[in-house]
Amino acid sequence: MKENKEITWCAMMVALAMIFSYVESLIPINFGVPGMKLGVANLVTVTGLYFLKPPQVLIIVILRILLTGFMFGNGMSIMYSLAGGILSFFVMVLVKKIKGFSISGISIAGGISHNVGQLFVAACVVQNMKLVYYLPPLLIAGTATGMLIGILSKRILTVINKFFLVTG
Amino acid sequence: MNKKDGILGLCVTGAALLMFFLMGMNKAEDADQVRITVDGETYGIYSLEEDQEIEIQHEGNHNKIRIESGKAYMEEADCPDEYCIDQGEIHTRTQTIVCLPHKLVVEVINENDKKEEAIDAIAK
Repeated sequence: MKENKEITWCAMMVALAMIFSYVESLIPINFGVPGMKLGVANLVTVTGLYFLKPPQVLIIVILRILLTGFMFGNGMSIMYSLAGGILSFFVMVLVKKIKGFSISGISIAGGISHNVGQLFVAACVVQNMKLVYYLPPLLIAGTATGMLIGILSKRILTVINKFFLVTG
Repeated sequence: MNKKDGILGLCVTGAALLMFFLMGMNKAEDADQVRITVDGETYGIYSLEEDQEIEIQHEGNHNKIRIESGKAYMEEADCPDEYCIDQGEIHTRTQTIVCLPHKLVVEVINENDKKEEAIDAIAK
């Protein structure tokens, strides 16, 4: 891809991720465990890993978290999201390098590591390790949402490849 | 989804179920007190057996915890997300109420928990 096109794609992906985060914050689903959510914004990260360079995806993740954090969240929520977002980014890049995992596996690994990262920071903030009791439900949730995001990403990628990237 | 993805998913789910099981064993022990910690420091220990209302004022943050018929719940909080109120009633050892913005944790404990801590304190 040409440089201009890359910049445009990155900007669009950040905007898209922000909209996803915002829409998600409007849906009042209470899973009973704090921090449990669908993670629709992860859709952008997962698909991005397949047609952008990893550093670009990392910038998208960080920008999305900072911008949505300043607009709809608070200082603390940025910290949890950054921990989860950056950890899941690196885990996904790593899993992608391992042979045999499809986009669903990458997305599952991302969902799980996001939850683990956030929970770890939360446990450090309140200085109470009893928060590990939240880990099992968060692991299962991460797997389920990761799988869902993976299936969606796959479909989105076929569309992106077919209509947007062929003209290069 | 291919084979390796499935294996990853199953392994994590299996690990989570195992943890649930271990937690269930831990849960079986009697617990009759709650400990409230703010910013990592113990604010107070309260019995679950008597109904009471605990008001916490810390650095301008307000939380109200109520203990009623052996269960504790967050009744009021002025944190932005109010997740702590959504977390509902707790009464077994593996349950906690966390108010992240206020760095407040309510956990259910029993006598053994306190003994373990005394040992930790000596070790330090």
